[in-house]
Amino acid sequence: MDTIIEFKNVTYQYPLTKIPAIKNISFQMEKGKLYGVIGGNGAGKTTLCALIRGFAPSFFKGELQGEIFIDKKNIKQYQNGELSLKIGYVFQNPFNQISGVKDSVFEEVAYGLENFGVPMAEIEERVVSIMKKTDILSLAEKNPFDLSGGQQQRVALASILVLEPDILVIDEPTSQLDPEGTESVFRVIKAMKEMKKTVILVEHKVDLLAEYADEILVLKGGELIRKGKNQEVLTDISLMEEGVLLPQMAILGNMIVQSGRKLQEIPITQKQAERIFSQF
Amino acid sequence: MSYIEVKNVSFAYPNGYIAVDDISLKIEKGENIAIIGQNGAGKSTTVKMLNALQYPTKGTIMIGDMDTKNYTTAQVSRVVGYVFQNPDDQIFHSSVLQEVEYGLRKQKLSEEQIKKQVEYALRLTGMEQFKKENPYNLPLSVRKFVTIAAIVASDCDVMIFDEPTAGQDLMGNRKLSHILKELHKKGKTTITISHDMEFVANNFKKIIVMANKKVVGEGTPEDVFWDFELLEKAMLKQPYVSRLCQKLGIGERVVTLEQAVSLLV
Repeated sequence: MDTIIEFKNVTYQYPLTKIPAIKNISFQMEKGKLYGVIGGNGAGKTTLCALIRGFAPSFFKGELQGEIFIDKKNIKQYQNGELSLKIGYVFQNPFNQISGVKDSVFEEVAYGLENFGVPMAEIEERVVSIMKKTDILSLAEKNPFDLSGGQQQRVALASILVLEPDILVIDEPTSQLDPEGTESVFRVIKAMKEMKKTVILVEHKVDLLAEYADEILVLKGGELIRKGKNQEVLTDISLMEEGVLLPQMAILGNMIVQSGRKLQEIPITQKQAERIFSQF
Repeated sequence: MSYIEVKNVSFAYPNGYIAVDDISLKIEKGENIAIIGQNGAGKSTTVKMLNALQYPTKGTIMIGDMDTKNYTTAQVSRVVGYVFQNPDDQIFHSSVLQEVEYGLRKQKLSEEQIKKQVEYALRLTGMEQFKKENPYNLPLSVRKFVTIAAIVASDCDVMIFDEPTAGQDLMGNRKLSHILKELHKKGKTTITISHDMEFVANNFKKIIVMANKKVVGEGTPEDVFWDFELLEKAMLKQPYVSRLCQKLGIGERVVTLEQAVSLLV
């Protein structure tokens, strides 16, 4: 296993708070996989993201116990700039991401590379290539603030992807989007997988995670209560009692089992459900 | 005549941009309605006109016997309450309690009445525990319930919720569902905008579909989610369970998990 992120007994508490936001969490993440992070609001999902990216404790302060390794190197030994090249972070709200100093989508996506002093010819090539992958090339000359939510979120993702980080931490990218915008963002997330990125994705839309994620981490009250393969975790009906929504197909499968009918497996995606139920 | 009547209403911004184009709607007292459609379809603009945050540039809106154009926003909002899509557009007090009380204090109700209505709203929305908190210390999804509590407390006849399901977890969605049921029992007319098709299919009897600044369809979840032409026009998809049943070719117009289970078992 090629481990890229490792948490060893990590506990973290924000300043001026009485209880830790993350409680004694240990796990490993493998290079190139997509990890879905789920759990109720206030479970610690965003804090987990902030720890991976190093915002906590370096920016938020607070107290960190235990150890975090990125690429087998303790996170404390990284310079912040170094970590920002390795890990791209996409905020929940694209408004917090888009710089506001550039008038066109093209310039916005190029902004990071410009700051790094990348030669002009290379910038253009990289920007065009990433804009194709994120399906925003046709928006190149528009003002980022004139775009729809889904388009803005794709611009935010492109601006991060163009810097070629190995790891992407994406915090609820679709929670404020309409269904069409949500799907367009997931198409980009799929492209990231194809680019062999390691992706940590916080998302309430479990039906989409069922389709795209490799593994799922479930947080509750700051604790990691489950980690495992998509199929394993998302079929566990007892999670509903912990306030975790399962995919519609998994709920359906469980309802059918509860009514007395045997299933060889509980589906999590529609394709699986079609295969299983077409034999009925 | 219906309780709420929207007659040939359009809304254009001063720069000429048309956000709502010649729509007509009828809503009865006590109805519990969902509005669905992609962003930019005109949903928020439509409901903001019901609450007189905006006035039609063409056509008429009647709330009971009140033609909104003859009343101020303050007058209309005593009857029609609007919970903003973004709670931060609504919240301006430093504690949850003050935020929820504000409307009632403006109406100069008795202390006793204020207390009663505020307590009911805080209990119904589960915000009691955060009474003394600054709303901005709460996560966005919880802050949304603060704004819902403020409207519930005002006890207006019509309550509009703009995308309350955005970013909610399972508990949040269950709580919303409970709030809508309780308000329905009290005879309130509620209008909810949502992108969550499962939530809509499970919680409403009547759905209005908007696309491209117009109302393009209306009906029960079964009517709407099995009208493929309508869904395509509105760029919407069926709930997951409907998609499965359609592929399997079973049942007629399934929209809930329970219906699917009864067909499969």
